[in-house]
Amino acid sequence: MNQSVEAVGPAALPALREQVERILAEARQQGATACEVSVSVEQGLSTTVRKGEVETVEFNRDEGFGITLYVGHRKGSASTSATGENAIRETVAAALAIAQHASEDEYSGLADPEKMAKDLPDLDLFHPWGITPDEAIEKALLCESAAFAANPKITNADGTSLNTHQGCRIYGNSHGFIGGYASSRHSLSCVMIAESNGHMQRDYFYDVNRVAEELMDPAYIGQRAAERTVSRLGARPVPTAQVPILFAPELASGLFSNFLAAISGSNLYRKTTFLEGALGQQLFPEWLSIDERPLIPRALGSASFDSEGLATYAKPFIDKGELVSYLLSTYSARKLGMQSTANAGGVHNLFISHGSDDQAALIRRMGKGLLVTELMGQGINLVTGDYSRGAAGYWVENGEIQFPVQEVTIAGRLQDMFRNIVAVGADVDRRGGIRTGSVLIESMTLAGR
Amino acid sequence: MSQYLTSVSQHLLNPGGLEIDSLPAVLHQLAGAGIDAADLYFQSMISESWLLEDGIVKEGGFHMDQGVGVRAQSGEKTGFAYSNAITLDALSQAAQAARSISRSGENGKVQVFTRIEPTRLYPNENPLDVLSRAEKVELLKNIDVATRALDPRIQQVTVSLSGVWEQVLVAANDGTLAADVRPLVRFNVNVVVEQNGRRERGNNGGGGRTDYRYFLREDRAMSYAREAVRQALVNLEAVAAPAGTLPVVLGSGWSGVLLHEAVGHGLEGDFNRKGSSAYSGRMNERVASSLCTIVDDGTIPDRRGSVSVDDEGTPGAYNVLIENGILKGYMQDKLNARLMGVARTGNGRRESYAHLPMPRMTNTYMLAGESDPAEIIASVEHGLYCASLGGGQVDITSGKFVFTTNEAYLIENGKVTRPVKGATLIGNGPEVMTQVSMVGNDLSLDNGVGTCGKEGQSVPVGVGQPTLKIDAITVGGTGA
Repeated sequence: MNQSVEAVGPAALPALREQVERILAEARQQGATACEVSVSVEQGLSTTVRKGEVETVEFNRDEGFGITLYVGHRKGSASTSATGENAIRETVAAALAIAQHASEDEYSGLADPEKMAKDLPDLDLFHPWGITPDEAIEKALLCESAAFAANPKITNADGTSLNTHQGCRIYGNSHGFIGGYASSRHSLSCVMIAESNGHMQRDYFYDVNRVAEELMDPAYIGQRAAERTVSRLGARPVPTAQVPILFAPELASGLFSNFLAAISGSNLYRKTTFLEGALGQQLFPEWLSIDERPLIPRALGSASFDSEGLATYAKPFIDKGELVSYLLSTYSARKLGMQSTANAGGVHNLFISHGSDDQAALIRRMGKGLLVTELMGQGINLVTGDYSRGAAGYWVENGEIQFPVQEVTIAGRLQDMFRNIVAVGADVDRRGGIRTGSVLIESMTLAGR
Repeated sequence: MSQYLTSVSQHLLNPGGLEIDSLPAVLHQLAGAGIDAADLYFQSMISESWLLEDGIVKEGGFHMDQGVGVRAQSGEKTGFAYSNAITLDALSQAAQAARSISRSGENGKVQVFTRIEPTRLYPNENPLDVLSRAEKVELLKNIDVATRALDPRIQQVTVSLSGVWEQVLVAANDGTLAADVRPLVRFNVNVVVEQNGRRERGNNGGGGRTDYRYFLREDRAMSYAREAVRQALVNLEAVAAPAGTLPVVLGSGWSGVLLHEAVGHGLEGDFNRKGSSAYSGRMNERVASSLCTIVDDGTIPDRRGSVSVDDEGTPGAYNVLIENGILKGYMQDKLNARLMGVARTGNGRRESYAHLPMPRMTNTYMLAGESDPAEIIASVEHGLYCASLGGGQVDITSGKFVFTTNEAYLIENGKVTRPVKGATLIGNGPEVMTQVSMVGNDLSLDNGVGTCGKEGQSVPVGVGQPTLKIDAITVGGTGA
């Protein structure tokens, strides 16, 4: 089995660059006074196996471009997956027609020309795997069979998937900035089901990396998936109480996503965040710092320029507990009378400072409370900071895990949760764009039976 | 040939030099020996959105997409490839990739096409064209001005309008040949209010498989705005929600999110074939109180979740899932119906040509009961009344599900009293449904705002229910 399409890689960049130039030229010709264009092409293979058999083999290839153009201070956007001259003409015309009907907005427009990124360091993000569908299936089967072998209580599977993607992206604007890069992303995930006394539990484990060789061993991923799943058997609710809560690293990263949303420019200028006007305030304990490091070679969140062409740069958001920077794009910065922080499109690799305790040490330190390993629902009100979500995990007493817990909620206010972080663990999850260890929070309301 | 097949095939196939008569040869190539089923899904989509904020129309977007998804199945295996080019070359390449799941090199059998002519549930005109751009902008501005005039505590108003026009053509080796043209429009109002330094948000909207004129009729656009403002003002007065397990009354309409999460997902055919659902193997067993009859109905004209035909060419249908508390049916696509040896139910849906179809809900609701809603509230001594919900989520294997309240009140001594802050409620699907002790006579469907996510794919859905009472469910507030 071969993929019949030519592999997408850096060789495609010159043609994409040319396409960006053509689209920019077309926009100018049709009457745009400024514009920005993003073009991408991506290719991938996804295979899923279940109970020792192949379930799906999917070949992906996506391409397309998006344009945002301005007529003075009026803005319009359009995008398409179609290619060719006609598609370019029609898409530009569609964006222009919208701009002509949009309102004059003095804050809108491209980022300032003098701030465009000048040096674009190579961040080493492209490491194609070149794995064939047969080899991918074999690895996925190996992973799943390790999960089945790990524990007899594993009775069923919900799919083990190996995904590999590679792509190219070029961004250019009418200030003359043009930049692009090729990147890759590979992942292996395993979802298993365990059963006892007529009750089933499901859990998973996965790894993701830009470099295939650095993925965890498939058998290890399967074993961890099995272990996590079996350990949930017999889960039950606990009584309603105020207790300490320990967020496992993969969920703690969600708390810091909530923090980022609360300091993001679009929520600040709309006054839809409880952190409006909080710059300079002490939001976290004094020992805690949060910083962005966008230029780490091979990291999942790395980028040398943001989605407006501004050079990304390393900076703290929280320094010794104090909010020292908002998260701003050009538009939101102008609305707030501030400067962009080169975060249009989001944050690039966020690091949370931590102590030396591993998760076991934090469990001992907590003494009694809930270790949360799953959260459900989106019960977060950023306007007020109110937080209420479904949870599952493990009950801790005498500094040790006692039994699995499910069908409970945890609730509080984000501003209190941030302030009352007792410790961040050294058990940092390196699989995402937010790198944090387990987070221990002094007290939240746990609702159960 | 029907009007739909003619116009859709002209639109999708002819520009790339194809016709309906070109498709059997591609299916022939795709459906080799060892392949049980094969299909082609052609789709084009245009969509737009307009956004007003700070009193001005800040931005609009337009998106065009088209392509073809090519699928071959052998037993439980599926091979899939897609292309954004609709040409014979692209089809052949995709077919070759998709059929690589079977080792045999022979070509297979293709049935003569049978044209599916379902009942058409929505108009086929482009819904984006019924208003000019100037009229769309005007509508947003008018609603903004009228909304701001409703209350001096309003700080922010965000109004949005969006529409999609989709054309699809399905051809399969079993002879299925079907076309559909699907409109979908949406209007939304979001407000922020402030009083004595406290801010709250309110949100309301609606839509369906119709066109923008829908929002101009019966004062709909403005009724969404009034509702958003009312809800925001109620929340300004909200106190902490209780924490613990207590009786909960859910209002009619959008609260049907409960059914979507607690019941719907767990009854999708794929999970039951795999034995991964808390409802697996429980057909004809009691899974809810006898007051509960729950259906999935893809046949309601103009509804957001309706499908004249699903994305595999099966006509949308009215399917009883639970009848008087007894589990009666799962929702099926072709693959799972074939493997489970049951009939397909018109629930094979996909986000786009670049995604594989799966069993998905359409409009899921509970039939009306006999209780007066006032009598249901009066029956609760101490509990929670949820007038409006946010979203939800479910773990179909353990059966645990959650939903979040947007507008809720305490019930004290049979009376609705103080509003409480948004909270997440959690329960176990099969268990909670047996706790339904009263069902109202006031069935209503939601306004047409639901989007369901499953395995990374989003599809529009509807929900509905009468007012109902759950005797005990866990409420995740911070209060006593």
